Amino acid sequence: MKKLLIRNGRVICPATGHDGVADVLIEDGRIAAVGERLSASGAETVDAAGLVVAPGFIDIHVHLREPGFTHCETIATGSRAAAAGGFTTVCCMPNTNPVNDSATVTTYIVEKARREAVVRVCPIGAITKGSEGEELAAIGSMIAAGAVAISDDGRPVMNARVMRRAMETARALDIPVIQHCEDLNLSAGGDMHECTDSVRLGLRGIPAAAEDVMVARDILLAELTGARYHVAHISTKNAVAMVAFARRRGLPVTCEATPHHIALDTRHMRPYDSNYKMKPPLRSREHVEAVIEGIVSGAVDCLATDHAPHAGDDKMQEFERCPFGILGLETALGVALEVLVHSGRISLNRLIALFTSEPARVIGWKGEQARGALKPGMLGDVTILHPEYPWTYDVKNSLSKSANTPFNGRTFRGGPILTIVGGEIVWKAPSF
Amino acid sequence: MGRSLLGIEELDRIEIERILDRAVAFQPHGGPTFAKVNTCTGMMVVNAFFENSTRTRSSFEIAAHRLGADTLSITAAGSSVAKGESLVDTLNTLAAMRPSVIVMRHQASGAPHFLARHLSTPIVNAGDGTHEHPTQALLDARTILDRCGRLEGLRVVIIGDILHSRVARSNIFLLSKFGASVALCGPPPLLPREMAAIAPGIEIEYDMKRAVRGAQVIMMLRVQLERIHEPPMQAGEYFRFYGLRQEHIELAHPDVIVMHPGPINRGREISSEVADSQRSMILNQVENGVPVRMAVLERVLLS
Repeated sequence: MKKLLIRNGRVICPATGHDGVADVLIEDGRIAAVGERLSASGAETVDAAGLVVAPGFIDIHVHLREPGFTHCETIATGSRAAAAGGFTTVCCMPNTNPVNDSATVTTYIVEKARREAVVRVCPIGAITKGSEGEELAAIGSMIAAGAVAISDDGRPVMNARVMRRAMETARALDIPVIQHCEDLNLSAGGDMHECTDSVRLGLRGIPAAAEDVMVARDILLAELTGARYHVAHISTKNAVAMVAFARRRGLPVTCEATPHHIALDTRHMRPYDSNYKMKPPLRSREHVEAVIEGIVSGAVDCLATDHAPHAGDDKMQEFERCPFGILGLETALGVALEVLVHSGRISLNRLIALFTSEPARVIGWKGEQARGALKPGMLGDVTILHPEYPWTYDVKNSLSKSANTPFNGRTFRGGPILTIVGGEIVWKAPSF
Repeated sequence: MGRSLLGIEELDRIEIERILDRAVAFQPHGGPTFAKVNTCTGMMVVNAFFENSTRTRSSFEIAAHRLGADTLSITAAGSSVAKGESLVDTLNTLAAMRPSVIVMRHQASGAPHFLARHLSTPIVNAGDGTHEHPTQALLDARTILDRCGRLEGLRVVIIGDILHSRVARSNIFLLSKFGASVALCGPPPLLPREMAAIAPGIEIEYDMKRAVRGAQVIMMLRVQLERIHEPPMQAGEYFRFYGLRQEHIELAHPDVIVMHPGPINRGREISSEVADSQRSMILNQVENGVPVRMAVLERVLLS
């Protein structure tokens, strides 16, 4: 029986409320014990003195690009980038080629990940066939094959009736419906947030209302159906307010924010640099503040990266031709520490919750799949981090296949040190 | 990026004045054509036009020839872009032939700004998408100065499809830098309120009769149907509320001049009566294109 003993770290587990120096023992791939001066004969040991030991980080929104776009990323490379960001579980969106809208594709991803990934990869199935928004995908079969949620991410489900049917189906299966909230008629052709800067730069705008009207509609449908509804990459003040409103009414509505949407606003954009182009677009300051405020108040449930690799030549084009999306896995913790913890907005413990227990609650892993806490019997996934040590992100050393990031060259204060999945060390900071 | 000229926004007042002053030396001053000055002999100007253009491209070509430079013009239809080559690769190929400057027009906003980061050859922006058209604003300023003698304190109204107009943006930046008071007027879907905040001293007025009152310069813009992605305002409705007619001239300053970057659509944004009147500067603008572009090219080539 393989054992790993992590000794003398400051163990922070928001789900159990534990915060103090302790040892964590992982046996046979699962958490065996958390306590002081644990001993285990024959265990490999990790000295975590001076470091923070947390449950394995979970990112419920990544794009691994496989199958179909393996020139941008693969399950193997994306999972290594995840490990380097401290993540032990990633949920991959279905906008691959073919779209993950069937048990066949779900099984392909699950099997490929079993062989090649260094972290746990949980597919998210499409809501509709081909993510075309018209006909429901084989939702039950995908869930049976290992999918943990449904989404047409990259596109919204524009048709309200189709969304209603998806929610009814999801409710019966007890899975969340994750929506990319964008009214395509309002956002059509837009390349950045609609504001003075979009007008000044001659770029077509995506108004905040394009997100808001979809969130509003979907909350009404969530009330109608009782489904668990999750807003992906929330970015506007009205959307945050509406999610908070829905929750006050007792609806099972949740949302995530990305590190880049809280770290950057339109003023940080280098003009016509596609490393600042994503959906939703970087918003103006008032929206960024509202999302941060939502994190502080609890209206925003968790952080998720929306890691969206694009090959260099796809991003080396005229701004309006470049695809949307940026990398996120390797910089998530550094960015979040800077914006949320070092700024004094939230505690380190709360930040860890946003990366562990909270995303676990949004997805709702149960039984043998339970994760997001350091409780005996749960998956033996641990992220060891240091909240202060300085490091500089150099995308040339990225484990991702792509390099589309606005954070290249940025120096961060604090980041991941060691990533452990099922009791195995899958990544170590180069300096450690 | 050397002495590229990408937009008016990043130029300061002194640099603009220097170009406008230099252009005076190249004006014909009653002569039959522009002076052949040959200050740039041996230089090579590549005109890369990825979007249709008649007046701007020929104006740049004449300007280069008057300076004694050689020119090569390529258009999208005949270029490797039509064969699927990326813009970066096309421009790198052109740059490898060692031109002194690349004059470029492109349908994407920011295309020259993006390329300037990856190329060592200076770039002159001859119009990028709906962003800027700096040499148009410079020749417009030269035309206003020729006629009115100053920019500061002038009341200028720009009317039409502001949202899609690179001419409007460059003129707004320039006029604002020189302390003109600029009013923008157009149908609300083509004139977002945010436009008032892109430079100091800009106001927005949706009622054309109020906008033209007391104006010393009226700049008309073409409705850029090729850039409008939704059903546009009906032509008759447009002309009724935003077309320039004699009745507007009577509300304006007695010495008002009327400008238009062309091509004009008679009966859509301007009546023939006004377009062909003594107040119309449309051909003066075209003429000033050559000396202003000579000044711009010389600034790049001799730096």
